Amino acid sequence: MNGGGVRMSGNNTSVLRPGDNLPPLEIPVTRTLIVAGAIASRDYQDVHHDAELAKEKGSPDIFMNILTTNGLVGRYITDHLGPGATLRKVAIRLGAPNYPGDTMTLTGTVEQVEQVGRAGPGGGAATVTVTVRVVGANSIGKHVTGTVTATVPARGGHI
Amino acid sequence: MTRGRGEPARSAEATESDDLYEKLKAYEGRAAAVAGRGKDPVNEPMIRHWCEAMGDTDAAYTGPEAVAPPTMLQVWTMGGLSGHGHSGRSEAYDELFALLDDAGYASVVATDCEQEYLRPLRPGDGITFDAVIESVSERKTTKLGTGYFVTTRMDVRADGEPAGTHRFRILKFAPARSRPADTRPRPTAKRPRPVINRDNAGFWDGVAGHQLLIQRCGDCARPRFPWLPGCNACGSPEWEAVEASGEGTVYSYVVMHHPPFPAFAVSDHADAAGPYAVVLVELAEGVRVISQVVGVPPGEVRIGMPVRLEFRRVDEELELPLFRPVGAGVPGGVR
Repeated sequence: MNGGGVRMSGNNTSVLRPGDNLPPLEIPVTRTLIVAGAIASRDYQDVHHDAELAKEKGSPDIFMNILTTNGLVGRYITDHLGPGATLRKVAIRLGAPNYPGDTMTLTGTVEQVEQVGRAGPGGGAATVTVTVRVVGANSIGKHVTGTVTATVPARGGHI
Repeated sequence: MTRGRGEPARSAEATESDDLYEKLKAYEGRAAAVAGRGKDPVNEPMIRHWCEAMGDTDAAYTGPEAVAPPTMLQVWTMGGLSGHGHSGRSEAYDELFALLDDAGYASVVATDCEQEYLRPLRPGDGITFDAVIESVSERKTTKLGTGYFVTTRMDVRADGEPAGTHRFRILKFAPARSRPADTRPRPTAKRPRPVINRDNAGFWDGVAGHQLLIQRCGDCARPRFPWLPGCNACGSPEWEAVEASGEGTVYSYVVMHHPPFPAFAVSDHADAAGPYAVVLVELAEGVRVISQVVGVPPGEVRIGMPVRLEFRRVDEELELPLFRPVGAGVPGGVR
């Protein structure tokens, strides 16, 4: 583990330090997103596309499935870390459901930055492992809390 | 909403003896899926559809060197609409679910997903997986309701190599409060209304006058039903309407059990919303009519059964030609 920041070849994050906050990402939770996410993840549970049946099961409406949430959390991190970033672990827990018409705001806090290996003489590849704590909140509460670990190629002049 | 393991079990119910929990606990360590096989290899179209849904424009997921978004790991193992059939989900897992369902914990919600990615998945990779029931929680009360958390761990392989692990936790629960019953008066569903047009108006005029009218070709004299503008045999547009005698036999039938359509229940014996027989009656004139048989339970309808026409008012606006087995009593008779 590296207590200081590590310079990376990312786009908008040349230096990441533990405690840094990632810029938030707002996801409009549309009915289309919920259904498209469910079908793209081959999840045909009726509560993710059929409002009538969802109501019969005690839910006020359809709600986002966990695979979509997982995909959005992954996207939030790789969008921020930029090209070359690779997801290693995504662990999420769901809370307040994402119903249509709501907005989920994803925020992230860097927990750990660790350089693995060293840059070669020619500026070759060393790797930085970044752990980010992610929260996705909607109008009801925390839809998702989780931790994402990703690796990013380090640039030569790390701090 | 939901809380997972590690949450102190404060509710009294968790400390009571819980026979169900003891039964569920016995499934820990047993296989949840054995030699499961992804229905599709990793492929570009599914990757693209996923990225479109997620709004993910990462360049790593497109082009000749594309890899799949790692968070798609579970997607490749999904059974989809057709399910996995004999591959994948184990008997033990089905039994565990059946125990919970039968005890009233029929609802399910996913609460946790923990994935580790060991190698990238690329188009063409064939996916196989095994899963184990890792743990079953004691009975927990959550905002959603009371139930049990079931955690499974799946090992996913790509072309035989370890590609990732997927730990998944669901809550099987009985909803905390069912919605207040909908007491609004519901309109009783009626049978579909006939669509009457120039070609079939004569038939419905006949029904109104309690005549079952069929067509006969004006050139070749072949009878036809249902009503059509031209002759199937010779193509002639000339025709005349003739009244069928009303005698016929059951040529074929099916018994409709589910879903129930109370409007279609016609048997004098059947429960109002119970099953009903749809029959194809061959009339003495040689044409066949789709209809229903009244006067016997649907299970007693048989091919070859002689039937006779009768008209029945099925609701205040609609009267239909139906059939009754020859010899069966009429409504109101003592049986």
